[in-house]
This record gives sequence, structure tokens and C-alpha cells, in this order.
Amino acid sequence: MSTGAVIMLVLAILIVWGGLVTSIVALRRHPDLPEDHTP
Amino acid sequence: MQFDPEVAMTVEQQQREQWATRAGFLLAAIGSAIGLGNIWRFPYVAYENGGGAFLLPYLIALLTAGIPLLILEYTIGHRYRGSPPLAFRRMSRPAEAIGWWQVAICFIIAIYYAVIIAWAVRYTGFSFGLEWGDDPGTFFGEFLDLADEPGMVSSYVSAVAWPLIGIWVVTLGVLAFGVRRGIERANKIFIPLLVVLFGALVVRAVTLEGATLGLDALFSPDWSAITDGSVWVAAYGQIFFSLSVGFGIMITYASYLRRRADMTGSALVAGFANSSFEILAGIGVFAAVGFIATASGVAVADVATQGPGLAFVAFPTIISSLPATPELFGVLFFASLVIAGLSSLISIVEVVVSTVQDRWGMRRERAVLLIGGAAALVSLALFPTSEGLYILDAADHFINQYGVALAALVVVIVVGWLLRQLPSQRAHANSTSAVPLGRWWLVVLGVVTPVVLGWMMYDSLRQEFAENYEGYTTGFLLLAGWGVAIAAIVFGLAMSLFRWRAVDSEPAVGVEEGSR
Repeated sequence: MSTGAVIMLVLAILIVWGGLVTSIVALRRHPDLPEDHTP
Repeated sequence: MQFDPEVAMTVEQQQREQWATRAGFLLAAIGSAIGLGNIWRFPYVAYENGGGAFLLPYLIALLTAGIPLLILEYTIGHRYRGSPPLAFRRMSRPAEAIGWWQVAICFIIAIYYAVIIAWAVRYTGFSFGLEWGDDPGTFFGEFLDLADEPGMVSSYVSAVAWPLIGIWVVTLGVLAFGVRRGIERANKIFIPLLVVLFGALVVRAVTLEGATLGLDALFSPDWSAITDGSVWVAAYGQIFFSLSVGFGIMITYASYLRRRADMTGSALVAGFANSSFEILAGIGVFAAVGFIATASGVAVADVATQGPGLAFVAFPTIISSLPATPELFGVLFFASLVIAGLSSLISIVEVVVSTVQDRWGMRRERAVLLIGGAAALVSLALFPTSEGLYILDAADHFINQYGVALAALVVVIVVGWLLRQLPSQRAHANSTSAVPLGRWWLVVLGVVTPVVLGWMMYDSLRQEFAENYEGYTTGFLLLAGWGVAIAAIVFGLAMSLFRWRAVDSEPAVGVEEGSR
């Protein structure tokens, strides 16, 4: 593989999979508030 | 306007169903987004449009159109708590037509999408004996009993009909069990299973001889591509069609969220999860393509393709050429297609079922049996036939361009410009989400998305009139293409003309009311 291709492969994985991990971690830090019981 | 709680109850029936957990909703939303397009469309689109350089327009499209649109659909569904027609009618009475249009689009997509999954089921079975032999192209044509010319139904293909019945039984069965026990539970099995099966396939693919040749072709950046307008259209188009936005699925799924649900955070997870799977699919598909190019001594460009040609012709060729355990690789690939397709099909049919429940106050089981059964019958009548592939191809192209994409354009124009609802939708999202939406969200949805979608529409109409899609006859396209897309619009407008008393007597839904 050319250097350019390797760099783009690594960047794609870091940004997209990193984005997924970061957004999951961010969401887990903020659990949904409990329901109030008004209908 | 007087509020009559008894009448309003007929709309909501009892209490609206709810997801059991936030993870359950997310898995269902991700299952809906990850479909056949992730596996057989993304890798080729990226390869054709600049390779590694495509990443830049792709990520920009994800952040400026994909995720913002997801957030908008989540807030509409969550705030107005209904299937698309009900949600849009509660937003503004004339907007109800958009909702019905989206329901028609879902109905149409469901009836042909199911048949592709049925093919994949058969091919999972064929994998055990590599039954496609030396010439998978001819085999595929014989399997479908494909007619020489596109046209209307002439003969029936029972080899496709049986698995198709199975697909409908499973889909309607899952839907009949409801949001929690059906959709949520199914996706809790499907998504991890898909990741395991497809992950195993990718590991095998990248260890094949020649895999790096394919990956090099996919990821080598051609930076001149990013100054090409068509590459940007391709990036926005891929994000858009891959995320399942524009036809009401996310509105429907979000209507089952609890009152306090983090919509912005959920949209980020769903959007990135979908793209993560797409990257994984790109690696798996192009590693396999690199292997077959090396093995048969041709260039990657000669074997790279997309759509049914990739799945049912190129992949069988690759599978048969594998040095060891080709059967296992075949099963992994086709089973992945089945699972990815099923979780999307379930979400598409759910829009129609949920709408029937909302509109006619029907119990879920009854709605599934009636409208789901009707969809299954139409699907079974039209597609396991010699002309099925042609009808599917034309309907798919036209309903995507002048259904899904056009409806999304209409949504952003109506919600953003005519009803000027974006600021209140933003306030609604911010009232329950940890990450606040800034003004950028108003700008990307109010300006960037309409401009890009408008350009896509112009571009595709221009091509439509320059030459007939796939060289099909005008008569065939008027019926199976234009006719289908226009029928969905007419249906939407017609359904919105009827009185819907229970909704009209409700109090208006405000930000405070919707975000309790």
C-alpha cells in the first residue's frame, strides 16, 4: 500500500471510529433524567 | 379551540408504546440506518470519488447534513409523538401531506427491499455447495429467471417466492410483538450478530493475498477530486441515503422515546455508528476485490462494482476462488446482508404500521396483519417474477430520487422556511440533550442542506431528461419509475384532505408541552 493510502486508512478509522467511541462515552456520562409521573 | 380529552384519547389509544432502554432505541436506530447500502454502495462510491480524499467531503456531509437531519427527525418525532402524518399534522395541518407521502414511500420501498433480502437468504444456502458454479453472472440470471426485456409481470419464480414469504413472516412477526418485545429485542440480537459476522468476514478478507492492492485502490487519495462538484454531490448523497433520513423512520422511532431523552447525543452515536460500519464494509469489500484482482491477474478497476452485481455476481466469484473454507466466507457475507437488510426492513414497515395505528386507532396486531399483510401480498405478486429485477431497479431509483431525497428537501424548506420551526425544534432538542445545539444547526439545516439537496435534485433531473435511466423504454419508466414516485406524492396530498377530528381537537403542542 502507498503511504498516502495507509495515512488515509488510519485517519478514516481514527476519525470515524473515534467519533463513535467519543459520542458513546459522552452519552453515557449523561444518563437520561428520570421520568416525572405527570401524564 | 375546545379540548375534548376523550376524543384525543382515540389518537393516542392507551399510552404510546415506549422503548425499554436508551440502548434499545439506539440499536434499533442503528439497525435501521445500517442496511444493504452500507455494504454494497459505500465502498464503490468512495472508490469512484477520490478514494481516500473522499473522506473529507464525506465527513463534512455527515456533520453538516446527516447528523443535523437526524436530530431534526428525532425532535419532530419526540416533540409531536406520532408517526409522520400525525407528527406533521400536529406541527401544522397542511404539513400532514408530507407525512403521508413518507408513509407511501416506506410502503413502496418495503415491497421491493424484502425481495433483495430473499435473494440473500437463498444465496446463504447456495454458499454451502458453491452452487453458482463457474459463471455466477449466468447463474444469477437463471436463478431469477430474468426476462430479456424489462416489462410487466409475465412469469412467476417460486425459488424467490418461498424465501420472500419467510422474510415477510419474520418481519411482521417482529412488528406484531411491539416496540419493546419485538423491534427492540430483535435489534439487540441483530446488531451484535451483524458486527460479529461481518467482523469475521473482514478479518478473513484482509488476510487474503492481494488484499492490500484493493485497500490501496480504495484509500489512495486523489486530491484533485475534492474540487469536483460531482464528488460532493456523491458524498452528500451517500450520507443521506445511508442514514435512512427523509422517509419518516426516525420520526416514528423517536416518537417512542421517553419524554426526557437525549436526542442530540443519540443522533451523534447513530450517525457515527452508521459511518463506522460503512468504513468496515469498505475495508472488507475492497480487500476481497483486491484478492480476486490479484488471483485473476486483472486491475482492481475491472472487478470493482456495486449493488446486486457486487453481491450476487462479484462476491460469488470471489468466494469460489478462495483458497480455504470458501463456504464459510459465503455464509458470513450473505448472512450479513440478510441481517443488515432485515433490521432496515423492520423499521420501514413500522412507519406504515404505526401510521395505521395512529390514524384509525387500531391495535398493533390488527394493523400489522392488515397493512403489513397488504404490503407482503403486493411484494409477493410483483417481485418473484421474471421482470422483478427491472421493476425493482426502476422503482428504487425513482423513489429514492423523487421520493426520499425530494421529501427531505420539502421537509427542510417547509419546516425551516415556511413554518419557521427550526428555532423551536432546536429549543426542544436542547431542553433534554446534554450537548446544546448551537446556531450552526439552524444554518446547516436552513441553508446548507436545502442548497445541496436542491442541487442534487437539479442534477438528477437533468440526467433523467438527457437519457432514459438504464436505457429502459419510456413507457416502462413512466409506469415503474415516474408513475411510482408521482403516485406517492398524490397519495400524500389526497390523504391529508380527510378530516382527522381527534387531532384537530387537541391543544397545540408547544415546546414546554412537548418537553415535559
